[in-house]
This record gives sequence, C-alpha cells and structure tokens, in this order.
Amino acid sequence: MSAPAARRKPARAQQLGFLQAINRAQHEEMTRDGSVVLMGQDLRANVFGAAAGALEAFGPSRVRDLPLAEAGSIGVAAGAAMAGLRPIVDLTVASFVFGAMDQFVSQLAKARYMFGGQATLPVVVRAALYYQGGTAGHHADRPYPMFMNVPGLKIIVPSTAPDLLGLLKSAIRDDNPVLCFEDANLWGRKGRGPAMPEDVEHLVPLGSAAVRRPGSDVTIVGIGLGSWLAQQAAEELAADGVDAEVIDPRTLVPMDWPTILASVRRTGRCVVVDPANRTCSAASEIAARVVEDCFDALRGPVVRVTTDDTHVPFSPALEKQIYPTQAKVVAAVRRALA
Amino acid sequence: MLTTATHLDDRGQAMTDGTAADPPPELDGPDGAALARELMRRMQRVRLFEEATIALFHAGELPAMVHLSIGQEAAVVGACLATRTSDYMTGNHRSHGHPIAKGARLDALMAELLGKATGVCGGKGGSMHLADFSVGSLGESGIVGSAIPVATGAGLAAQVRGTGQVALCFFGDGAASEGVLHESMNMAGLWDLPVVYFCENNGFAVSVTTEESLSVPDVAMRAAGYGMPGVTVDGQDVLAVYCATREAVERARRGEGPSLVEAKTYRFHEHAYGLVLPRPYRDQAVVDSWFDTVDPITLFHDRLLAERVLTAGELQALRDEVGAEVEAAVEFARRSPYPPPEAAWTDVYAPGHDPQEVSA
Repeated sequence: MSAPAARRKPARAQQLGFLQAINRAQHEEMTRDGSVVLMGQDLRANVFGAAAGALEAFGPSRVRDLPLAEAGSIGVAAGAAMAGLRPIVDLTVASFVFGAMDQFVSQLAKARYMFGGQATLPVVVRAALYYQGGTAGHHADRPYPMFMNVPGLKIIVPSTAPDLLGLLKSAIRDDNPVLCFEDANLWGRKGRGPAMPEDVEHLVPLGSAAVRRPGSDVTIVGIGLGSWLAQQAAEELAADGVDAEVIDPRTLVPMDWPTILASVRRTGRCVVVDPANRTCSAASEIAARVVEDCFDALRGPVVRVTTDDTHVPFSPALEKQIYPTQAKVVAAVRRALA
Repeated sequence: MLTTATHLDDRGQAMTDGTAADPPPELDGPDGAALARELMRRMQRVRLFEEATIALFHAGELPAMVHLSIGQEAAVVGACLATRTSDYMTGNHRSHGHPIAKGARLDALMAELLGKATGVCGGKGGSMHLADFSVGSLGESGIVGSAIPVATGAGLAAQVRGTGQVALCFFGDGAASEGVLHESMNMAGLWDLPVVYFCENNGFAVSVTTEESLSVPDVAMRAAGYGMPGVTVDGQDVLAVYCATREAVERARRGEGPSLVEAKTYRFHEHAYGLVLPRPYRDQAVVDSWFDTVDPITLFHDRLLAERVLTAGELQALRDEVGAEVEAAVEFARRSPYPPPEAAWTDVYAPGHDPQEVSA
C-alpha cells in the first residue's frame, strides 16, 4: 500500500516519523514543565524507539521503567496526577490496555466527577495500534471505541507526524486524562505527511478536525490510517469525476462535530473509515450522529468501512482482508452515491 | 513500653492491657493526654456519625446503602492520626471512618451521604466515594482494591516532588487478594515509595472468611514478598495501631520505603447495613457479644480511666461535644438543598474542556 505523501516526497531532511514526533513532544514538554514524568516499559533501552535520550536528559526520577503491571501503572499515574505530577505512560501496545481496564474506568476517568471536581488528572497514556503486521490476536487490537464509551477520557488518533507532535503536546498540557492511540502502520515510517514544524509551541488543539481534501460530492471521514485510505480513495474517485471531501477527526473525544456535520450537510453523503472493529466503532458513533443531525441533508446511506467483527488471524493469507482498504472505501463511496 | 506488633492467634481475645497503673509513654504527660483525647474524639466521631447514619437509614432518609466501620474505629483512627493532615490517604467502600479520622468536616460528609449540594463531593460521590482533598483524603473506592495504585501514585508524586509527604493506603482482607495490591506493593518496594499499606482485616469479605480466601494466616506476611516490613497489630487497641503506623510513617518519611501494617479487627454490623444474607455465615450471638468484649471505644475508655490519663467527666464531656457536632452535621445535611439538575453534567472534564461544548 502506498500513501500519497510517499508519492509526493517532500524534502527528506525535514521528514520526521511518528517516533521522532513523540520523542520531540515528550522532550519539549518535559523541558518546559518539571512535573511531567515519563513511565513505560523498556524506556531505558528505548525498545519502542519513542524515548531516545529521555533518561539522560531528565534522570531516573522522572523517567521510569515500569514493571509489567498495566493496571498498577495506570492507577499509579492517576494517583501521581492527583498529587501534582503530569505523568505520561507508555503502555506500548494498545492490546495491553485490557489488563488495566478497571483503573482506566474506575479511577482515571471517574475520579474528578465522583469527587465533585476536587481531583485533576493530567495523565497521557500512549499506546500503539499494532495491526496489519502478523502480530495476531493478542497484539493487534484497535480498542479506542471502548474508551469513547467512558466519559471523562479524551482520545486522540493522530495520522501525521506534525499532528502527533502538536496533539501530544496539547495532551500533555491538558488537565484531563488523554489516551493517545498511534496507528503503528504510520509509526516508524518517514515520508508520511508534511514537513515537521520547528516551533516548540506547535500545538494542535484537541477537538479540531483537519480537512485533508476539500470536495463537494461526498464526505469521507477517516480515522488514523483510515484518513490515508480515504485520501487515496478520493484520488481514485477523482479520476471518475467524484469530488470527495476527506476529513481526519484527529481527536475522537472531544469530536469536532461542527466540521463533520457541516461537511455532510454540504455533500449530502457520508462514508466513515475506521480501523476499529465494526460494532460500536468510532465509525458507528459518527454515522449515528450524522443521521440524527443531518437526516434532511442526506441523499444516500451513511456507510461504514471498518475492520470486520472477527479476531485478528495470524496467517498473512487471512489478515489483510479483514481491514479497511482503498478498494473498500471506493466501493463504499459508490454505494453512498448510488 | 507498649507492644506495637503482635500476632494474634485468637480472634476472640482482646489483646489490651487495661489494668496497668502507669500509662505508656505515648499517653504520659500533657501531650499524652492530648493524644488520648484526640484518639478518643475521632473514634467517637466515627461511631456517633455512623450511629446517626443508622438512624437516617431507619428513617428512610438515606438514598442508598452504607458500609459501616463500627467496631473498626481503633484501626481507622490509630492509622490516620499517625499521619499529618498534609499526608495523602485513600480508602475503600467501608468509607466513612477514613475521611472522618483524617480530619474531614462532618457536616460536609453527612451532606454527601444525603446527596446534597453542600456535600464534600457536591452530591456526586455519596457514601462510597467520599473525598476531601483539603485534608489529604484522595478518595474512597467503591471498587475493592481499586484505590491501592492511586495511593501508590500519590507516594510516587511525593517522592519525585520531594515534598516529604506520605501516602496511607487503607484496604481490607478481601482486597488483599486483588491483583493491583501485588502490582502496587511491588512498585512501592522497588522504588522505596513513601506509602503505608494498611489492612483492616475484619475477618470477612462480605461472607467469605480470611481462612477461605487468604493463602497465609496474616496479610502482613505478604510484605516479605515486596521487600518491606510487615506487622500485625491488635486492631481494637487504638494506641497499638497508632504506634505501629507511626513507625511505618516515619520510616516512609525518612525515605526508607513502604511498610505493611495489618490490624486484626471486627466488623460489628453486616457488610452493608440492613443487608440480609439468605444464609447465615457467622454466629450472631458471638457478633452481638463483641459490643461487650472488643468494642475499641469501650476498651480505650476503660484504659484511660485505669491509667488516669483522662477522668470520667472529661471523657463524657468529649463524647457530648462530638454528639453535638454530629447532631449539627445531620441538621446541616437535612437543611441543605439538593444539587441543581445541571450538576449531573459538570466535573466530567476539567473546566473549559467539556466535549459537550464542542458538540453544540
């Protein structure tokens, strides 16, 4: 699969990947604010590549390798935040969130509310969506929709390195818990997206969608890698005279509803591309909201392109077919236009 | 010198020494009398607050069930008074005693139990989720064991920020089987965090006995697995609890790491007040006898008289003061308004960050 950015190839020297964006966001914010601490698995050895130089720069008190204790780690971060720190927890693989579910829901998400606003929980949890690479059942989940069902959490799913930099910096400065899901299909690669801004105040506000491609015939909302699939599909459809608008929500909670709904009211058609499992996906919520709020403007069915409701199989012969693809997005748009 | 760490073999025996003529050093002199008075005052606060809660329950004024600490006041108060107001504390579903003992205002706590706007959590938390950050109370947890990592994290923050604060983490014998206890105590032991893990072992997780749920006779034995000291104390002896916890708190404050203190105690009432279990799991006649044999307030009362630390008149006056305080708290709670309907949607996010605003 090739992305449009790869074909465009801007100046290579300025091309930073996701990992460099994460490193830079963490480094800049830890420099700016002494209460930011970084905790995660294998940070010292930088196994996942997102903590280069952190230990040397900030020392062992603020950069901690966590024992394998996902629930304890999230709860410790919540308690540390309630007592004045701003922890970043690198959970590494998003499938590891399940072991910490009670701490995410019962503590991190609810403490402010249950205690009548006394608690402040500036915690960032980073997790990679490690699918489409033979990691199979226990490492390939895309669990962000589950957390959309938990009030109190914010959720970002960046799809470009500059967005990841700016969103992550905003997340670290946010007084709420923010879950950052990084699509690993975009994680380590260079040449994805525009050049990295130099500004240390490059902030992308949470709750602000990006219009990746303006268009008038159909709105395609794409999440994570889905936003790239949407752009590729839009290029393919353009050859047939279909002018698609592509919106990348970037943040799932809070969702930029005004941008999405205004676009659908204009185009009258909507397709949502979401790498999550189909049932109760982010796409399901977007589709439901579009139907509720734009019913009169709709001229066709709202169509979801998601991962099928099955588990991730190991065999390369089986895996790729379950995910959204450019071809599936094109087919969905044609259905929406029919 | 008082024994501060005692393994109890017989749960039915009170391990107090009420006959000694001379008070122990902790209770000797004017400071000792002040300590005794404060220990007694806070135990009475817990007891009378909860007796008022029972009355509200029977009057149909409580919106929901409550889990009472009656019988466990010595454990709760002895531990909390060993900390400073600025130290952190988390608790569990048996939730009134912890913030009371930590110094929270009774009126705001009682208003919270009635779901009023003046409640310590604005009526959002209720009985099981009391919190008063102004006295270091970072919240009770309705989910058993769930706040154990939170206290551990508060200890981490104190260490990183170098504030000298300590985190006191209450949990019960039931929570001793939760995975997060293991994860948290391992991290605390590993990083020498200033945390005191305090187990109120009342012998029952709802209906299941410790013999049926724990792989070791004493929860404190688990401390060895995490490289920290563990002691078991008589949870009906408020001074023993105070001394053992103070030692653990001082150790934590010196930067020497966490400890586990286990207080063997008794739950005089049902798991939740008014809960009727279909089949009995403990002998009610024995439970009823505890009010006469192992009531921590009576035991301390008799000891203070025997050791001439406080007079009967002083003890009665103290009880009357607390009684008036509780009565005023109930009146305050009753008179207070309910929160306005729109409060249901606030405090989900920090101010200025409400996603509902974006969706407008």
